[in-house]
Amino acid sequence: MSRSAEENIIYEGRIRMPYTWAAGETSSYFLTQLRDHARLWGTRCSACQMIFIPPRKNCPRCVTADTNWVELPSRGVLQTYTVINFSEPLLQPSEPPYIYGIVKLDGADTGLTHFLGEVEPEKLRTGMRVEAVFKKKEERCGRITDLLYFRPEGGSGL
Amino acid sequence: MTDVAIVGMAQTPYRRRRDDANFAELIYGVTCGALEDAGLEIGDIDNFITVSNDFWDGRTISSMAVQDACGSSFDGGRNVSTVEGDGTFGLLYGMMRILSGAYQTTLVVVHCKGSEGNMRLITSGMFDYIYTRPLGIEATGAAALQARRYMDKYQLTEEDFAHVSIKNRGNALRNPNAQLAATLSLDQVMASKPVASPLKLHDLSPISDGAAAVVLAHRNVANKLGRKPVWVKGIAHCSEAHFLGDRDLAEAPALRDAAFRAYQMAGIDDPFAEIDLVELYDAYSYMEPLWFEELGFCPKGKGAELIRLGATAFDGPLPVNPSGGVLSAHAVLVAGLARVIEAALQIRGDAGERQVEGPVELALAHGINGPCGQSHCVVILGE
Repeated sequence: MSRSAEENIIYEGRIRMPYTWAAGETSSYFLTQLRDHARLWGTRCSACQMIFIPPRKNCPRCVTADTNWVELPSRGVLQTYTVINFSEPLLQPSEPPYIYGIVKLDGADTGLTHFLGEVEPEKLRTGMRVEAVFKKKEERCGRITDLLYFRPEGGSGL
Repeated sequence: MTDVAIVGMAQTPYRRRRDDANFAELIYGVTCGALEDAGLEIGDIDNFITVSNDFWDGRTISSMAVQDACGSSFDGGRNVSTVEGDGTFGLLYGMMRILSGAYQTTLVVVHCKGSEGNMRLITSGMFDYIYTRPLGIEATGAAALQARRYMDKYQLTEEDFAHVSIKNRGNALRNPNAQLAATLSLDQVMASKPVASPLKLHDLSPISDGAAAVVLAHRNVANKLGRKPVWVKGIAHCSEAHFLGDRDLAEAPALRDAAFRAYQMAGIDDPFAEIDLVELYDAYSYMEPLWFEELGFCPKGKGAELIRLGATAFDGPLPVNPSGGVLSAHAVLVAGLARVIEAALQIRGDAGERQVEGPVELALAHGINGPCGQSHCVVILGE
């Protein structure tokens, strides 16, 4: 075939694919505790004693289901952060700029990725102490976003 | 190990958007190119590996959509299997098929058109739907978290990372397949638009369209062909935890493991002294020193210093990404196999204007997949 097209046809499409994902036994407990009591729970492995959040039915390191629930405090240490400046309205939860961070809750061995709020970007420091701010009880619906964001410990930096 | 060799290869130029060709047409082009390079015909290939990703292509079983184009339907249909991951993983799988004893030759093809979907939405789709995806996080936001952690742990600066972009975009000036080639100044990189702090526009690889193909052959076949075989002397693939918070993002233990295994297979004791050239997966500027360190070329936190001193420059003692790397062309999935092809071209002495000075007897190519380099494949190629 040697004849080339006189114009390039561009075919526009869009895939809409609804799902109803089961959160599963472990995450259902985590999410109902978050919704009903604004509490954060991790799982502790009986073998290696590591505490994981998000919680897991089995320890990912030891691959044993011999794990126990541990309530974690809603405060901890900021491990890393980024200020998002790009705009993608189809994806983003709010207008940029906004901030993501990974927070290691006191006692946990893993970090939780979430938003940071009530803080000027210039005041952010790795290692700073932060605390969780939750939605009001009547607004909580069993989603990870029932936790609104982490802010500097002791209240607003603004 | 000299059981399996790369005997043919081809890649498209990498461009922001290729409206003139669909996936299959890109694949047909590189299939013909790789066969011609090998001096083989389609009937000589007895096994096929297609590499693709359904989200990028916007259809399920995307790998099967290129069967006609890669020739796997030839003669009533040959064995074809598929990989959803980086092109290097396809190379590993193809090599294992040959090592099984069932096949003599394998064609590995990979394609991606980053231009056709929405990169932010697609890369957000790799995260779990309960804890991470509802936050709207995607590849670049996650990479920024890794870059910050790496900077803080090893006292690195944004300028350190800027030097990677300057080096690799500069190297790309010699590579006609590269998409972004430029002589950048430190000021230009530092003043480029903030995207996700500490990352700025020039710290990011571009969105690209492209395809690549490699013909692998067992030594029984490889030694009979006219072309100098490039042996896969060592190869290993390792993966780590999926949740970002489970990892110390300043470390890449999966890469350390993969490098250790690949070096062991290839009989390498001192990678810096023994390896002549490196092509690694620098999807973001900071990744080059981070991966370089985990590959065992220098102590942790010292990679940036070596870049500043010119040790990894085009004419340095250990050139890293003389092709311009992923920072200069990033067809996702294709980019890992492109690293293999670039390293193999250097070993053959066929890299044209981007051929480095001095002999390249042993080279390393590297591919990644998943957020912040969750999985790594290390390939050692040699004469």
